[in-house]
Amino acid sequence: MEPHYQHLYDILAHSQGYIFPNEIDLQWGILIVVYPFITGLVAGAFILASLERVFKVRILKPTYQIALLTALSFLLVATMPLISHLSQPQRAYEIMITPHSSSAMAIFGFVYLWYLMVVLLLEIWFDYRHSMVVWANEKTGVMKWVYKILTLGVNDITPRALNWDRKLGYIITVIGIPSAFILHGYVGFIFGSIKANPWWSTPLMPIIFLFSAMVSGIALVLLVYMIISYFRKKAIEVNVLDAIGKYLFFVLILDFTLEGLDQIQRIYEAEESFEIIKLLVSSKLYLTLFVSQGLIGTIIPLTALAFLQFYKYQIKVRKTMYFITGILVLIGVYSMRWNVVIGGQLFSKSFAGFTSFKVGLIGLDGTLMAAFWLVLPIGILAFLLWLLPPWKMVKEED
Amino acid sequence: MSQSTSTMGNEKVKTSRRKFLKNASVLAAATVGYSWLKSSQFLLHAAEPEDKSLPWYGVVIDIQKCIGCGNCASACKKENDVPVEPFFFRTWVEQYTVKNDGSVNIISPNGGIDGFKQTVPDEDIFKSFFVPKMCNHCAKSPCTQVCPVGATYISPEGVVLIDEKYCIGCRYCVQACPYGCRFIHPVKKVANKCTLCYHRLKKGLAPACMEVCPTGARMYGNLRDKDSAIVEYLKEHTTQVLRPNLNTGSKLYYNALSSEVR
Repeated sequence: MEPHYQHLYDILAHSQGYIFPNEIDLQWGILIVVYPFITGLVAGAFILASLERVFKVRILKPTYQIALLTALSFLLVATMPLISHLSQPQRAYEIMITPHSSSAMAIFGFVYLWYLMVVLLLEIWFDYRHSMVVWANEKTGVMKWVYKILTLGVNDITPRALNWDRKLGYIITVIGIPSAFILHGYVGFIFGSIKANPWWSTPLMPIIFLFSAMVSGIALVLLVYMIISYFRKKAIEVNVLDAIGKYLFFVLILDFTLEGLDQIQRIYEAEESFEIIKLLVSSKLYLTLFVSQGLIGTIIPLTALAFLQFYKYQIKVRKTMYFITGILVLIGVYSMRWNVVIGGQLFSKSFAGFTSFKVGLIGLDGTLMAAFWLVLPIGILAFLLWLLPPWKMVKEED
Repeated sequence: MSQSTSTMGNEKVKTSRRKFLKNASVLAAATVGYSWLKSSQFLLHAAEPEDKSLPWYGVVIDIQKCIGCGNCASACKKENDVPVEPFFFRTWVEQYTVKNDGSVNIISPNGGIDGFKQTVPDEDIFKSFFVPKMCNHCAKSPCTQVCPVGATYISPEGVVLIDEKYCIGCRYCVQACPYGCRFIHPVKKVANKCTLCYHRLKKGLAPACMEVCPTGARMYGNLRDKDSAIVEYLKEHTTQVLRPNLNTGSKLYYNALSSEVR
């Protein structure tokens, strides 16, 4: 017996019932859990930013640039878990060069590039162009050149030009909202379109992914705003938290309703896969579904947010509650991704048994790698906030 | 008069030009639309090959004939360089045992290569039978549909194949196959599956699993040839495919398939 296969023998020893022999090993591990989680954060953060811009929710102004830069930081990393998970990563470019038109996965590269190049980068550029021109004039040395390059040589800051920046930025945000919906709805479709897997195959999947994305993105921006204020030693505007909290509350209700609807439909229809799925959620997924996603990630945050809507607690209490709620919601959404991706592979397509899954610590598909892809965007965000500080932007009169 | 004629003449030219442009653009749009539809297999999934002169292969497995010797699974591994470890199979044999209480016991130790040992006591057994499994070579195969680069495809003869030099190892096809017939080759690091021994078919030889079957439980043949043995068999027997509700266009027909089998 080669040591290479030892872990497979271990899994085989822990499998229950009957599974097809090729199903011992899980095909998609923790990296594919991280991938929709990161993509969801991007879509959610962007949608929060567009609330301010398109729907003129002025109170969210302090979080606007933060949300955009957060979205960009995570978007830059979004493909990495996918690529590092391929067994032939050196061929990844084939998806872009020879995409297969009937594959949901093949379209990802294009949706991604559209979103990165046309939506996020352009919007941020139009937003920061005025400031970058001013910074390029103020700074000396290397930074002067960095900002000069970033302006792409468009140095016109006459009121007419700035007006154009605003107009074009607005148009891009309007295009950006459906784009963000497509970006994450599409991720849901990757799973929802697999008819072989009854745990995934539901037309609600893209919508569920979208709403959980909004939940996680809003929670992330809430946390990032609080943490940035802490590091900048600036007072957190509790009105801003209240406003974000209100949106988080509503979106979380919608998300909870949709996921509940999905499960009720499953239970009521009780198709041929029902028995195995019932066993799955009551055993293998019990902790991550009922405790982590349901209780910690949904019920507790919903209760806390509901109380925050009706009672005006002291500012310090409110801040603490928002902070903890944000963290719990992120844990919940991460668990949801886990339950979908890992849960969908734990039961056999023979509907007669389970394989088991143990995450390794090291290796390309291990916990450390997944943690790295989750921490890297935070590093990128810190860099972007240093390069393009929203609080130092040149003020424009509306 | 002459002026009016010339005006009429001008108008005529104009109308015909407009008509020409209109027709041309409709034709162009139709061509583009058709070629787009043609490439978009999710709309028009090729259920029939383009080249009608080639055979269109299907497989029949007679469950009543299978004795569970596992020769097929063993021969397949040798013929196709499949790792011997019990996690990688292009074909395998399952033993179904329906108990008197209605519960079903399914086993496939090492894919059936080492034979079977009945673990259910005789007095508890309602019925027991063997089910050989392999790729269903679906005409509307969900695995080829999802491949992001088109590395897996249906050959003109209806055999589902993989281009190993092209597969990026994303494993989406493994997820999409409802029958558990695909795996990632641990050495080649690309998707792997039954090719119906395409290399043998091309030489007029039978797939390895069928060559070695002592009871002739497996049969392959040209579904297009109405005089072929397989078509004759399908005419005379009541056969069924696995998971017909999924509409995969499976071309693996089982004779005497029990409803417990998935």
